[in-house]
Amino acid sequence: MPPFFGVLFDGAAYGMLLFLMSVGLSVTLGMMNFVNLAHCSFAMLGGYVTVTLMNALGWPFFATLPLAFIAGAAASIVLERIFFRRFYNSNELNQCLLTIGIVFVSIAAAAYIYGTDQQSMQLPRYLRGSVTFGGLDFAIYRIFLIAVAALITIVLVVTLESTRFGAQVRAAVNNQRMARGLGIDVDTLFAVTFALGGGLAGLGGGLAVAMLGLDPSFALTYLIYVLIIVAVGGLGSITGSFVAAMLLGVADMAGKYYIPAFGSVLIYLVMLVMIMWRPTGLFGRR
Amino acid sequence: MHKLLCGVAWIALAAIGIAGAATAQDTVKVAMINEYSGQFADTGAQIDHGVTLWMKQHGDTVAGKKIELIRKDTGGIAPDTAKRLSQEAIVRDHADILGAFSLTPNALAAADVSAQAKKFMVVMNAATSIITEKSPYIARTSSTTPQLNYTLGQWASKNGIKTVYTMVSDYGPGIDAETWFQKGFKDNGGQVVGSVRFPVANPDFSSFIQAAKDKNPDAIYIWIPGGAQPLAVGKALAERGIDTKKIKVLGQDALGFESALKGMGDVALGIITVSDYDYNHQSPMNQAFVKAYNDEFHRNPDIFSIGGYDGMHLIYAALQKTGGKADGESLIDAAKGMSWESPRGPIMIDPQTRDIVQTVYIRRVEKVGNELRNVEFASFPNVKDPEHGTRK
Amino acid sequence: MASETMTAAAAPTGPHDVLRAQARWRWGEIAFWIATLLPFVLTPDYLVLASQVAITALFALSLDLILGFSGIVSLGHAAYFGVGAYTAGLLSVWGWGEPLTGLLAAGIAAGLVGYITSFVIARFRHLALIMITLGFCLLLQEAANSASWLTGGFNGLQGIHTWRLLGKFEFDLYGYTAYGYALAGLFLVFLLARRIIHSPFGLALRGIRENNARMPAIGAPTHSHIRTIYTIAAIIAGIAGALLTQTTETVSLETLGFQRSADVLVMLIIGGTGRLYGGLIGAAVYMVARDQFSGLNPQYWYFWIGLLLIAVVMLLPNGILGGLSSLAQWVEAKWRKKLP
Repeated sequence: MPPFFGVLFDGAAYGMLLFLMSVGLSVTLGMMNFVNLAHCSFAMLGGYVTVTLMNALGWPFFATLPLAFIAGAAASIVLERIFFRRFYNSNELNQCLLTIGIVFVSIAAAAYIYGTDQQSMQLPRYLRGSVTFGGLDFAIYRIFLIAVAALITIVLVVTLESTRFGAQVRAAVNNQRMARGLGIDVDTLFAVTFALGGGLAGLGGGLAVAMLGLDPSFALTYLIYVLIIVAVGGLGSITGSFVAAMLLGVADMAGKYYIPAFGSVLIYLVMLVMIMWRPTGLFGRR
Repeated sequence: MHKLLCGVAWIALAAIGIAGAATAQDTVKVAMINEYSGQFADTGAQIDHGVTLWMKQHGDTVAGKKIELIRKDTGGIAPDTAKRLSQEAIVRDHADILGAFSLTPNALAAADVSAQAKKFMVVMNAATSIITEKSPYIARTSSTTPQLNYTLGQWASKNGIKTVYTMVSDYGPGIDAETWFQKGFKDNGGQVVGSVRFPVANPDFSSFIQAAKDKNPDAIYIWIPGGAQPLAVGKALAERGIDTKKIKVLGQDALGFESALKGMGDVALGIITVSDYDYNHQSPMNQAFVKAYNDEFHRNPDIFSIGGYDGMHLIYAALQKTGGKADGESLIDAAKGMSWESPRGPIMIDPQTRDIVQTVYIRRVEKVGNELRNVEFASFPNVKDPEHGTRK
Repeated sequence: MASETMTAAAAPTGPHDVLRAQARWRWGEIAFWIATLLPFVLTPDYLVLASQVAITALFALSLDLILGFSGIVSLGHAAYFGVGAYTAGLLSVWGWGEPLTGLLAAGIAAGLVGYITSFVIARFRHLALIMITLGFCLLLQEAANSASWLTGGFNGLQGIHTWRLLGKFEFDLYGYTAYGYALAGLFLVFLLARRIIHSPFGLALRGIRENNARMPAIGAPTHSHIRTIYTIAAIIAGIAGALLTQTTETVSLETLGFQRSADVLVMLIIGGTGRLYGGLIGAAVYMVARDQFSGLNPQYWYFWIGLLLIAVVMLLPNGILGGLSSLAQWVEAKWRKKLP
């Protein structure tokens, strides 16, 4: 098998991880136009929860993941109640400032509690190593990541398309005022969606530790990638985030393998081209 | 009335000045231009620990002067901030000595201040060769990239490694390492079959390791900064099934960092790295040092800690020699040629280049008891930095 | 407000009169500029910090022109700052270290890059615009890293030496010349910006900010206006970058970094956008706070800065100047109630 399939596979796994971390932001940004730059802080929180439970309390890896999700969701709810809801009608710049302030506080808190060095964790034995197929090595952890992310995507899409809740979310994203007019409780809906998004980010963070590492600067480092995915995919669109994440993950991997000198720039070039071609994102409204 | 006010103001200022000068006479201030926040905060913390451990063990008075530390945070790579903080330390806080300097751009910027203000400057981590040439008052107590990597290259080519594939991070230190490793390797008949430079903040190495594996070299040389990268490399090595008995993996300290080994697990066994210090170094002095460090800070020392520890040692020793005179001229003259036994081994400050001359160790990752450690198996004493003097 | 115009004898009537009335110097402004001279006398130990505040204030001013007045949100404005910084640095390394001409060259270089990019910028709004500006700046930084033969790469450009200012003033360790130079630069450019804002062109910009779709309906060439102000902002940012290089004799990749773009955006929002002085106040507050917090608590100053940002946004939604202006209006209303 030509190495290209290996690159595709690696890129897909990377993309899936980024998707999990971005999907929440895309939906909340699309629904309420609330710029939450602290989104990756939820991911970071999920990562630290996983690491703490595994290293300090000896929990098995799988058991920590639901808690990473809950931690992200809980943090989202708390922040939403206390801070964010005052700024729904405020201008974007104030939202930026507020959420950047929260990011700074979260980074300092993480540094204080955990120190500034890299967190390490040992994956369970059955997730380590790789399987060889067609002459290429496929890392087991990446297969696991793709499986988990695919499962979650299916759940999300089914929820969005087939449940009442999903219909309400789609309506609110499409036209908030109209949705309110129809009696949909947009505020509660938003709180729930926000919590869901934060939870997914937390889960993504927990899964990311084994692949991307974890230290207090995580909240800012991956914010750029998440923003790129949200912008390229289109606000308020799960499919958009998915496709954008895949595209960027694969482009990143391919760039690094085939033209290492330009490895890191390829992701920015792709973003620029995509945004100039489709300013509202691949699947954004309008 | 105006004259009276002016007169009073002058007397007040003079009084403050005299009082300030009086206290200044008995204190020597060391400004630590370091990273206490941001990406490099952990490095900065270890340097700081090394410095404070020395002070704890040896008291804070030398040659009748009280040593006072002034901590300044640069936040990361910020040469304009580093320069400003150095200036302010000298002008506002009346610092006599500039210390720490983990990052090359910051050290280079501060070197101008050291030269202009004629202040003794001790570089405790930054590893680019040219730093000590930027001011006649700089001495270094860490290591330099050429010093370590040239030695590794030489060792590799003389020990059964005929072909190597090199991969480094695409920025200053990485390119430096690549240049000198390849030089040391090729100077002794080795052949570089391929090389790649990857982006600095690269989180994923699988594709690069795969490309290296495809060329089937005797060894793969990897240079990456600390942080998340060593773990990612370890992951990639595992995923691509690199057997260190068949293809050797060579690198500089980062691959052998404690956090890296813990994270990589058994995949790391057999990785060969070059460094000037490891907490596993078997000497009574080091064992005592590691114990004291653990008692104080609950973690093991590393290359950054020893840079700080020996940096403070140098400051104390120089002050002892000058009898407490803290101006740049006296201190650097005292520092030149100074040598002592450090927990890492014997070290000396070269009188010509004011750079560090030390023993360079080649280590392999092995299982010691239940832990993974860097076990030294080859050492090269009195290695100087090979780059000084090669530039016009 | 209506009563005011009815009772006032010489009420402004035409648009030029309105502009002229707005462009008059208020006593608060004069006090502000006199206060900028205080560091020379009161806090001479802080002149180096003051010079960097002045430079950052100039950078924030340039961002205000496009963000506050024209509604162009940019997360990559550091690109022009960096171009200016490296231009001045390279000129010095190549043998020409005269500061004033270096400043001019940097402004032109940055302006050129700004002009070329403005063709793309003018065509996008909202998130797309933000991402494009961000992407462009990140690309530029990577390019600068790769071209280390030119830029010095990670280590930064070495060998910069700034000649005496006006042939007389050496750049000293205390920072007297640095602050004087930076402050003069800030003031002169500020005057220019003020002229631009209080002109019909400036009014058009505000119109574009408020309602971009409607402006062409009244015949305003929006694309051309946006390109013009963007180029001007790029020139000013380049000048700020050059000032930094010349006063610190260093330049490195982080002048092109995301951190710098984000920091200046934060400073501008803190100060208050669209008020000319917002960037200056914001820069002063943020940088002094950062310096003080960092001195008090080097490991965790991030925490205090974060709290400061949250506090400012919760208590002063229009930035510091917005808050002051609301306060002034409230005081005025109370005062008016007292008068018969």
